[in-house]
Amino acid sequence: MTTYFTKDHEYVRVEGDVATVGITDYAQSQLGDVVFVELPGVGKSYKQGAEAAVVESVKAASDVYAPISGEVVEVNAALADTPAMINEDAEGKGWFMKIKIADKGELAGLMDAAAYKAHTA
Amino acid sequence: MATSETEDLKFTPLNEWHIAHGAKMVPFAGYNMPVQYKEGILQEHLWTRANAGLFDVSHMGQCFIISDAWEKTARAIEALVPADILNLKPGQQRYSQLLAPDGGILDDLMITRSAYPGWDGTAYVVVNAGCKDADYKHIAAHLPAGVTLKIDDNLALIALQGPKASEVLGAIVPEAKTLAFMTYHSATLDGVHLHISRSGYTGEDGYEISLEARHVASFCDRLLANPLVKPVGLGARDSLRLEAGLCLYGHDIDTTTSPIEADLKWSIQKRRREEGGFPGAARIQKELKEGPSRLRVGIQPEGRQPAREGTEIFAVENGQSRKIGVITSGGFGPTANAPVAMGYVEAAFAKADTPVTLLVRGKELPAKVAAMPFAPHRYYR
Repeated sequence: MTTYFTKDHEYVRVEGDVATVGITDYAQSQLGDVVFVELPGVGKSYKQGAEAAVVESVKAASDVYAPISGEVVEVNAALADTPAMINEDAEGKGWFMKIKIADKGELAGLMDAAAYKAHTA
Repeated sequence: MATSETEDLKFTPLNEWHIAHGAKMVPFAGYNMPVQYKEGILQEHLWTRANAGLFDVSHMGQCFIISDAWEKTARAIEALVPADILNLKPGQQRYSQLLAPDGGILDDLMITRSAYPGWDGTAYVVVNAGCKDADYKHIAAHLPAGVTLKIDDNLALIALQGPKASEVLGAIVPEAKTLAFMTYHSATLDGVHLHISRSGYTGEDGYEISLEARHVASFCDRLLANPLVKPVGLGARDSLRLEAGLCLYGHDIDTTTSPIEADLKWSIQKRRREEGGFPGAARIQKELKEGPSRLRVGIQPEGRQPAREGTEIFAVENGQSRKIGVITSGGFGPTANAPVAMGYVEAAFAKADTPVTLLVRGKELPAKVAAMPFAPHRYYR
């Protein structure tokens, strides 16, 4: 299991050929209290970098981009009722969606934990 | 993060105090201001509605309009605003708008008649930070001989808002407890002069306190020593005033909106409605008589998704959907526990419960026109 990060503050946790995607703890701390999440439909496919979800905090709305190309195989339906889970546990229970990775080669373009830490420093 | 944008920022006398209390600072109206403290906007909002929130509003402009007699001062102000200023009692405060010649709103402001012995010709005026330089210029240019404008940049202004504000301030200034809504009391606490008015912009009971800048940090420490008080930033100030249905200048009102369109008819007293004599009187009296073509209303989106400023509002007429207005303030109301918004719609669609559609991020979001406020006003009466 390896976790990758994007410059737009999404994380990608890879297990086999499925990636769990969400926003980082740093992202949630910048957004503030999350009040609404719009998740994609299961079965939808996205190209890397396409708008896949929306997260809204008290302050503002932000796009969440698909960090990797592939098909959405599961979404975190619990977020509809408890969007605050993203603030409490962004990189755990606050995950957004699981994507079946279309091209593992794309992972090479993402950051590892150390690079992401430097990116947000 | 230091950019050319932030180099010209001004600071309130509480700048260091905010940073020491964990504030996240952002530029607002040319000032470095706290948008939130550690607990965040949601908790600060709910705390204010349940206890007492302490706000720094020192960026706002505080000035005095002075002559040797109230009638002279009041008439000079009435030439600029549509409220009845003449009939203010000593110590009474009133909300009004500085109007452009066409009836558009240059700024909204609070005007208080002095109750100090020997100062009866003095009005204390508070204007918005973002407009204050233009306001001062406008006011000074329009005052008649014998009436002068005195800007006071050495004053701080804080607000203590919430159902426990009276208990908190009353513990150190007992007269504050029974002070009437929209009046002020002049107190001296340990040698520090406090101008305390029972007013605010959250929909809650509370106070706005003006005092010399050099004393404000220690006074805030004293208020904060009470566990019922927490500091609250601009983020929650915005969600609180939005739930209370109160206008934010530059968003819900500006030079393109009249006070009647903005549903601020209540702030124009009877004598002024009839007599006119303020800028834009012809338009405003016409709108009072015939109704304005558009009106500021509350908008309640269905579901949980907020609709932000700039969102277009659509309604169905004769089987056809068309644009009828736009949202001017919108977000999530923590007390309403729902998205809340306000905006302008064509007058025919302004009735509460009128179904409308919002175009949010390219998708249609059902909503309805809603009566405001979204959270009940709880002023001290």
